[in-house]
Amino acid sequence: MKMNQIVFPLALALAVTLTTTGCKHAPYKVTTIPGSQPGAVGDNGGPGTVGNGGTVGGEGGPGVGTGTGGGPTAGLDTFEGMIKDPAALAAYTIHFKFDSAAIKQTEEANISSVASALSASAGDKLLIEGNCDERGTEEYNRALGERRALAAREALTKAGVSPDRIRTISYGKDKPTDPGHDDAAWAKNRRDDFILLHPKAGV
Amino acid sequence: MKKLIINLLTIGLAAVALTSGQAQEINIENTINVIGQTKPIPVALSGFTGEGAEVLKFDLMVQGFSFVTPDAAQYLINGSDAGIITGSLTDKFAKRVLLSRSYNGASLRRQAHAFADEIVMAITGKPGIAQLRGTTAKIAFKAQPSGYGPGEIYIADFDGHNAQRITSDNAIVAKPAWVPGRLALFYTSYALDNPDIFYHSLTTGQRRKIAGYSGLNTSAAVSPDGAKIAMVLSKSGSANIWVCDADGTHLKQITHGDEDSSPTWSPDGAWICFATKHNERRQLAKVPAGGGPVQYIRTTGASSPTEPDWSPDGKWIAFTSQMRDFNICVVPVDGSLPPAILAEGQNPSWAPNSRTLIFNRSLGYRQTLSVLDVFTKQDKDCARATGSSSQPAWAK
Repeated sequence: MKMNQIVFPLALALAVTLTTTGCKHAPYKVTTIPGSQPGAVGDNGGPGTVGNGGTVGGEGGPGVGTGTGGGPTAGLDTFEGMIKDPAALAAYTIHFKFDSAAIKQTEEANISSVASALSASAGDKLLIEGNCDERGTEEYNRALGERRALAAREALTKAGVSPDRIRTISYGKDKPTDPGHDDAAWAKNRRDDFILLHPKAGV
Repeated sequence: MKKLIINLLTIGLAAVALTSGQAQEINIENTINVIGQTKPIPVALSGFTGEGAEVLKFDLMVQGFSFVTPDAAQYLINGSDAGIITGSLTDKFAKRVLLSRSYNGASLRRQAHAFADEIVMAITGKPGIAQLRGTTAKIAFKAQPSGYGPGEIYIADFDGHNAQRITSDNAIVAKPAWVPGRLALFYTSYALDNPDIFYHSLTTGQRRKIAGYSGLNTSAAVSPDGAKIAMVLSKSGSANIWVCDADGTHLKQITHGDEDSSPTWSPDGAWICFATKHNERRQLAKVPAGGGPVQYIRTTGASSPTEPDWSPDGKWIAFTSQMRDFNICVVPVDGSLPPAILAEGQNPSWAPNSRTLIFNRSLGYRQTLSVLDVFTKQDKDCARATGSSSQPAWAK
């Protein structure tokens, strides 16, 4: 009695196993997977084949931190080492409409002020930082921020500033002044900041 | 017409389930794949309880399989993940064992990915996507501690596991792109206080700036043969698509629009698709890779398209549409069908099978990576890193 109670479920389990695997004689084909370093790139490469955080990119890492490294830097060399003065022109930040790089009429006075500041100090140069609100995809916003910076450069050029004295950079949506998620924050973040660049000490 | 075919197939499938003896006469799988409307292939999983079950479910769901009870399944996957992966695959209707496998070496996850690929091959006749060149398939992406600002470039398995930091810039980074067939990336980093494009070998850890011109240098895309880079530069005074050799030389401006972004290569290397503005509307377009007249791609119904990614089989463009939210869409390159809107998200990147995409979607104000099968619209979120992860690129 007791024997049957045990054997029957066992037999049933065996039968189910046989049905689901389909064939009791089917041997498992064994596949050997080389490597035992699940964390490494190219599992069979083993440790040390990947540049980890330590070997890559840190201060003075290969090709990084020198500013040249043989790579093309056309147009940027003359700005190297200049000292940023974010306060000098902070009052003249200009703002944009949603998804627009057109300089609004209300912002033209600020453009004139920036142009005047530059004409007053011939040794200084200008960095224009273009920014976006968080709506829009990352790379689209990076391009939009650049268009905003270039629009200000064009306006300043028309106001008599040499374009050689102006460098642009887009931060896309990566550098909000207000990290909020509402209309007020977005309006503040759609902007060009003007950073005065002084010659490096001793020049 | 397409709808009708699908419905007929559905009826056919039901008939097969009822009279399984005749199953071999009706070969329904892979006879038709309509983006966003294909029925998943039902499989039942038994015996796997831990990590092996998790890996198999992830890998198979993002390639168009659904997990059901044995009664409802067309295929049965039985085995074990106790210590090592062993398993078999049975075609229930044909009453035939298609696979019987045991694995040793590497990690359990790795073994399970290998088994998943064998299952996909046995059922569909096409290679699975879980492995690439003898390792688990990789992605590269950017990760930021907060939803914006400085971050680093990472690589990981395509399901988000085994993430490794590649840079230590503590700077804004963007848009990693793989060199086809190699462990090497191009990406944008602000490490030198300018958005520059770097080439970075993952085998030596060496990197080199290949574009650091005045203004924007971003969105590198590597040609299928690895010889050329398309990218966005603004050195001419507007953001446009430029092409250079992989070492940064022989630079040439390819487009001249006002608002060009996000280049992607056709698999034959002949064309570059990009996002632009035309007649006051944001549109996708393609241009010969050596320069020439621009042709616009119809994406009617999916407004403000950006971030195109050309499928490896050449047939599809995946892109992000910005309507009220961001949406992942897929459109035939020839514009013969309207775009299918598949999931909320951004930054689609194709897997080698031209049916699975990785993308990022919002999780509050941060981004998380997710993998999507475009035919069945099934998706699974990747294992999460801390912070925000976006701009994934699938290694090919």
